Amino acid sequence: MEYFLQQFINGIALGSIYGLIALGYTMVYGIIGMINFAHGDIFMIGGFIALIAFLCLVALGVTAVPLALFLVLIIAMLITALYGWVVERVAYRPLRHSFRLAPMLSAIGMAFVLGNFVQIAQGARVKPLPPLIPGGLILIDNGGFVVQVSNVQIIVVLTTLALMVIFSLIVARTRLGRDMRACEQDRTMAALLGVDTDRVISTTFVIGAALAAVAGFMYLIYYGVIDFYIGFVAGIKAFTAAVLGGIGSLPGAMLGGLAIGLIETMWSAYFSVQYRDVAAFSILIVVLIFMPTGLLGRPEIEKV
Amino acid sequence: MNGGDTILDVVHLSMRFGGIVAVKDLSFSARRGGITALIGPNGAGKTTVFNCITGFYKPTTGMMRLGHAGGREFLLERLFDFRIAKLARVARTFQNIRLFSGMTVLENLLVAQHNPLMSASGYTLLGLVGFPGYLHAERAAIDLARYWLDRIGLIERADDAAGNLPYGDQRRLEIARAMCADPVLLCLDEPAAGLNAQESGALNDFLQFIRGEHKVSILLIEHDMSVVMEISDHVIVLDYGEKIADGSPRAIRDDPKVIAAYLGVADERTAEAIMEADQ
Amino acid sequence: MADTTVPPPSSISGPRLGRAVRSALITAVVGAGLFSLMIGVRTEAGPAGGLVFWTRWTELGWMVAASFVAGFVREIVIQRSGEGVLEALMPAAFKRFINVVARLLGPALLAFAVLMPIIFYDQRYILDLGILALTYVMLGWGLNIVVGLAGLLDLGYVAFYAVGAYSYALFSTTFGLSFWLCLPIAGILAAFWGVLLGFPVLRLKGDYLAIVTLAFGEIIRLVIVNWQSLTGGPNGITGIPRPSFFGVPFSAGPEGFAELFGIAFSPTHRIVFLFYVILALALLTNWVTIRLRRLPIGRAWEALREDEIACRSLGINTTTTKLTAFATGAMFGGFAGAFFATRQGFISPESFSFQESALVLAIVVLGGMGSQLGVALAAVTMIGGFELFRGLDQYRMLVFGMAMVAIMVWRPRGLIGSRTPSIYLKTPTQISASLVKEGHG
Repeated sequence: MEYFLQQFINGIALGSIYGLIALGYTMVYGIIGMINFAHGDIFMIGGFIALIAFLCLVALGVTAVPLALFLVLIIAMLITALYGWVVERVAYRPLRHSFRLAPMLSAIGMAFVLGNFVQIAQGARVKPLPPLIPGGLILIDNGGFVVQVSNVQIIVVLTTLALMVIFSLIVARTRLGRDMRACEQDRTMAALLGVDTDRVISTTFVIGAALAAVAGFMYLIYYGVIDFYIGFVAGIKAFTAAVLGGIGSLPGAMLGGLAIGLIETMWSAYFSVQYRDVAAFSILIVVLIFMPTGLLGRPEIEKV
Repeated sequence: MNGGDTILDVVHLSMRFGGIVAVKDLSFSARRGGITALIGPNGAGKTTVFNCITGFYKPTTGMMRLGHAGGREFLLERLFDFRIAKLARVARTFQNIRLFSGMTVLENLLVAQHNPLMSASGYTLLGLVGFPGYLHAERAAIDLARYWLDRIGLIERADDAAGNLPYGDQRRLEIARAMCADPVLLCLDEPAAGLNAQESGALNDFLQFIRGEHKVSILLIEHDMSVVMEISDHVIVLDYGEKIADGSPRAIRDDPKVIAAYLGVADERTAEAIMEADQ
Repeated sequence: MADTTVPPPSSISGPRLGRAVRSALITAVVGAGLFSLMIGVRTEAGPAGGLVFWTRWTELGWMVAASFVAGFVREIVIQRSGEGVLEALMPAAFKRFINVVARLLGPALLAFAVLMPIIFYDQRYILDLGILALTYVMLGWGLNIVVGLAGLLDLGYVAFYAVGAYSYALFSTTFGLSFWLCLPIAGILAAFWGVLLGFPVLRLKGDYLAIVTLAFGEIIRLVIVNWQSLTGGPNGITGIPRPSFFGVPFSAGPEGFAELFGIAFSPTHRIVFLFYVILALALLTNWVTIRLRRLPIGRAWEALREDEIACRSLGINTTTTKLTAFATGAMFGGFAGAFFATRQGFISPESFSFQESALVLAIVVLGGMGSQLGVALAAVTMIGGFELFRGLDQYRMLVFGMAMVAIMVWRPRGLIGSRTPSIYLKTPTQISASLVKEGHG
């Protein structure tokens, strides 16, 4: 039981990270109906920028950890958002009115570019970062097994919750959110009614990338290591999460992220670590077969 | 009822999407060799009825019985989509034309003969090695296509992409394609939509020809009252998913309920058409 | 200066130059933002396990300068193409010439392929490259059935390639079965996996199908990596029998191929033989595809790509139609996999990553979906291009990715976008790409 509880906590923390990445997928898919294959790599870039920014800040003499972390988060979000903006501008916008496969391949190409760019720029070796936030809360200590929530986990989950709330408010309350929803429903009509759709789509990519940067930052402080390859796998898993939750649905993305995080952690804990990813992908297939619209997606009526 | 008088019997058909009832307890029958028209204001559920008959929707409740002249009967609500076209031999056209626009006119008509050609090609294996029986069947299929192209006057455009044809030609091609599938019941969803007066007159003749020469029964959704009144033997009027009238074109025209349904909605053009037909 | 190279009156001056410089400056600023930390600071795991870093201001400067130039050039190109300069470069006569070349290109390529081992007999490097290119031509043609004809997006095609390769490797090393016996087995097994995957997932549409096939490809790869007792895990399978000339080995001994035909032994014989085997396999794929397109099943595939609902209304069983497309494509992938295994003599999961799937898909899309010649051209171009960048090693995938983006932006419909009808009454007319759909599944 204690073991289960501990794994549950770990799963929630991991799931929060997936959920944040999934938000980016789900937003982009909702608005322009394409899988942004490069999003996983944007997440990875977010992690790297956070790492480098932290090193720079320490070198500049910012040693107070909370302040440093806050600044790192801001820098990572800004620069990664710039990456998101450039990717959309270069690889997707010229193909906005093109055939469906073209943007998808362009996105795959962009994923290769980003992944390999980081590999070349920062080397292929794993980059470690010493634990910055030690300690945690011990929940149960019955002598044999200690169940604890680390401070990092608390930060991860709280940040995710906060972002989720802020983000839902943006979509539900602001003018930008209304424009986004309008584009999601009918882009042509939205454009006719005076919505600057290009701008809305750009903003979506920027927000998605910023959220991915937060996820990358949290991945970094949670695991303490990062390499250029994490983007691909994390990207697929987060996409799985988005689909599981029902693509296009924001709470769905979060829910799906948590589900994938939990499944993955539990699978590793009780079955085998090697087949962890196989389990995640199999679940994707099974979900799509039996629940093609995911947990919170709207059912689709075929138009004849 | 061995190959009886009725080709299609729809009994207590209902279709709901979530809370919306699109078709409510609809019963009607279509006479063999006849042209039955399904009319009603926009949103009355006509296309939904079609989608149920042709298997694109599973009706919530109700029964749809289709009888071949030979006596075989099919319960359409139990057949899975493509089997309705394949076994029960119900072919249809669509309100928004659905041609294979990147394929040629001829190819469109050959795709419609997929099932017989498929068995002639020995499920591809015999066809792959150029089995003579298949080549023969293919030639016959091309001849059939040629026949229908002649009828609709598109033989000169057989090698053009279907998507390049003008609108009226596309409508006729879609009917010809449905006929190539060798149906006993042809369901036409607004075949005269977007046609001018001359074209819809030609359409009337074409449908009469299909019914007369090929003994195919026709079920038709139409807003163009000149088509409905001129060629149909029997008219069924739907409003808000329910049948409000059922009878000969003449009887329907004078039915106060029908007039009310049409005048009650804001579809003025349809109302005018009825008035004109009255005069 | 740029204005000396272009004729007046469209020389770059005044406001246009100003606009170009402005665009270049913006790009440079954006570049500075992008590369500031990524290029400007290099991190590495230090000797003590910690992290060390150093700055690279020069490189950063170069990258920003490169951004500036890129922004400038881009703006100029946009200004030029707006004037139709690019169109004017292609007069009608030149276009006609292109058309003639295009018609002769297929036969010419085929003749060249057949003669290649004779022309380049002494250049093993070129022959190896030819074999590699032909393998991708075959894979491209195989996937073209699924993506180009049936319009089903498959991002896990490499799974079938892997199934083919591992079936040959396992059957030959475990049971000692010969290549020619294993080849059909590999194809059948791959087709079987195609059906197994296809059956549940084919009712999914569009991007959902894409992601599920991607997941499937990854599952197969991960299972291969982890099922060590069967597949050897990451170490792969070694000692896969090399191909023999229908039972006669390519060895120097008395039983060998050279001895049998009374010629001097040369290791090139095997390469030439392999070349012709893959050429034959690729041509078989091509022949079958061309035949199938003219059969009801092929027409049904294309009709499915155009409009699935209309297909159903005409009594076509869309599920089996999709499945046959999937299985046929998978089968050719399996053949190619078996060939790959016998050529390499060694296989490991590394060869079956998602990048391979992406490469083959890129070949199909670049070729112009559905066009056999286009796919062959695209495969040769891609593999040739890859080879050119071999020296750059780690930059290869970067360049590949950039090329993918650039090609899609430049020609979203591929090299040969028009569709050739499968049958005609009087004259075959090419159908323009704008009418041909690309499927929903």
